[in-house]
Amino acid sequence: MITAGVDVGAKYVKTVLLENGKNVLTRANGIVEFDVWKSATEVFEKALLGVGLKRAQIAQVVATGMGRKIIHNKPPINAAEIVPEVIADAKGTHHLIPTVKTVIDVGAEEGRGVKVSENGGVRDFVINERCAAGAGTFIETMARALEVAVEDMGPLALKSTKAIPMNAQCCVFAESEVVTLIHSKVQKEDIAKAIHDAMASRIASMVLRVGVERDVVLIGGVARNPGFLPPLRKELNTEIVVPEYPEYVGALGAALLALEMEEQQ
Amino acid sequence: MSEKSREFWKWPEYRHTKPDVNWREAKIITAGVDIGSVGSKAAIMLDGVLYAYSVMRTGGVSEETAIKVTSWALERTGLKTENLHHVVGTGYGRVNVPFANRTITEIACHARGAHYIYGPTVRTVLDIGGQDCKAIRCDEVGKVASFLMNDKCAAGTGRGLEVFADLIGVPIEELGKVSLNLAEEPPPVSNTCVIFAKAESLALLRQGWLKEKVAAAYHLAMVDRIIDLLTRVGIEKDFVITGGVAKNIGIVSRIERNLGIKPLEARLDPILAGAIGAALFAKALYEKQIGLR
Repeated sequence: MITAGVDVGAKYVKTVLLENGKNVLTRANGIVEFDVWKSATEVFEKALLGVGLKRAQIAQVVATGMGRKIIHNKPPINAAEIVPEVIADAKGTHHLIPTVKTVIDVGAEEGRGVKVSENGGVRDFVINERCAAGAGTFIETMARALEVAVEDMGPLALKSTKAIPMNAQCCVFAESEVVTLIHSKVQKEDIAKAIHDAMASRIASMVLRVGVERDVVLIGGVARNPGFLPPLRKELNTEIVVPEYPEYVGALGAALLALEMEEQQ
Repeated sequence: MSEKSREFWKWPEYRHTKPDVNWREAKIITAGVDIGSVGSKAAIMLDGVLYAYSVMRTGGVSEETAIKVTSWALERTGLKTENLHHVVGTGYGRVNVPFANRTITEIACHARGAHYIYGPTVRTVLDIGGQDCKAIRCDEVGKVASFLMNDKCAAGTGRGLEVFADLIGVPIEELGKVSLNLAEEPPPVSNTCVIFAKAESLALLRQGWLKEKVAAAYHLAMVDRIIDLLTRVGIEKDFVITGGVAKNIGIVSRIERNLGIKPLEARLDPILAGAIGAALFAKALYEKQIGLR
């Protein structure tokens, strides 16, 4: 049986087609444009096309992510069920790493900390959805101020060994602070590191509100950023595992939940 | 062209001297220099009465701005920095006023300055500056009783308005008026964070909302944020608004409406409250120094 999970995030749509709850047939993603429904549909159809499947061959679709309601019961995706990100995160991460106790999910516009139960359910969670400084947007905004491509930010930060404190806790104020640092001739890599350190410290203090228990797994788009992991490890004083496709974990969780739904019926 | 090619946040600078006053007749000449994150202000006072002032944008180097804003206030008065008996620096960049005899926090200066501008009945001062927002409770002599401040988040500060002015391409000094130019209030933008609220506003513009309507939605969200701070410190009448954002009618009128309390009208430019307060403290300090107090 083939099920699908669609994660309609703030910046990207991610989808996973899953066979019998085990084999990932394909993954696809795309940027969320102005018409969210259209973006989600395009990504979903791209995934189907890649493996030569039709919607009718997918037994069940579950949607998650900020824009999940847009594809709920709406053709052609027709997601039968929508679930909050934290539930999909816990499910997907537990499937990949059964020993997980804490999931840290850092997306474009939200950060989440999830305490996962033995069977992949949610015991507790914390979300920042109000402040851009606690999500990927922070690094993106700072990259613009630094005139560095966002994907180069992490590698750049890794070149630095200096610890320059950043005072600003707000994206807008941090932008000015970065400009001031540039003017005072601080090296770009040192500023990039300061940016990642600041972000890690904010995410850590959020996650600490639900408590950190090993194994700790980092997922979401920001998990792809190599500059973010070292300061986060340091802040939380623990090993942190990053799965192979960290940005697809929510979609995977949704596909697993779709299978569970089908089996129950 | 870069998106910053026209800078709509750039408000005009200005100065003023009170006419027909001879400073040579004054016993004590003091200055208050308020180096804010966005605007710098200098107030020159003769025996505790405002004589001249200047308001300019804070530059990259606070020391230079401090010197510039003060000499601009003194311009054409015949006064020199050396003639000032005492100078107090305040504001975000107060440690960078090279000729200041002392520095005093902007909280104390704003309360003191509001007391001068609005009179002894002032009990609550809301100061909305470039990068922070303070709600201050004070007594009948302008002494601070308690205060709350947001200096961590750009939402509910002038900085948030600057970002928005650039987004919709309306000069910042006209923004408030533009936001009132519609028949019915829209719902506020749902995001507090300036970055998210900016993205939301952009989406609304793309949906075909008029500039005026988006501006109103943005102002409303800012006002919610400011009122939240005010409510936490507790409002007692008389209530006044100071700081650069006090000039934005779109913010002030909505605070008045949503709070149900009318702020007192200023007889002087409310952006000067901090600098005036500092100059008054300078006078008191000088009097103490020469044994008058």
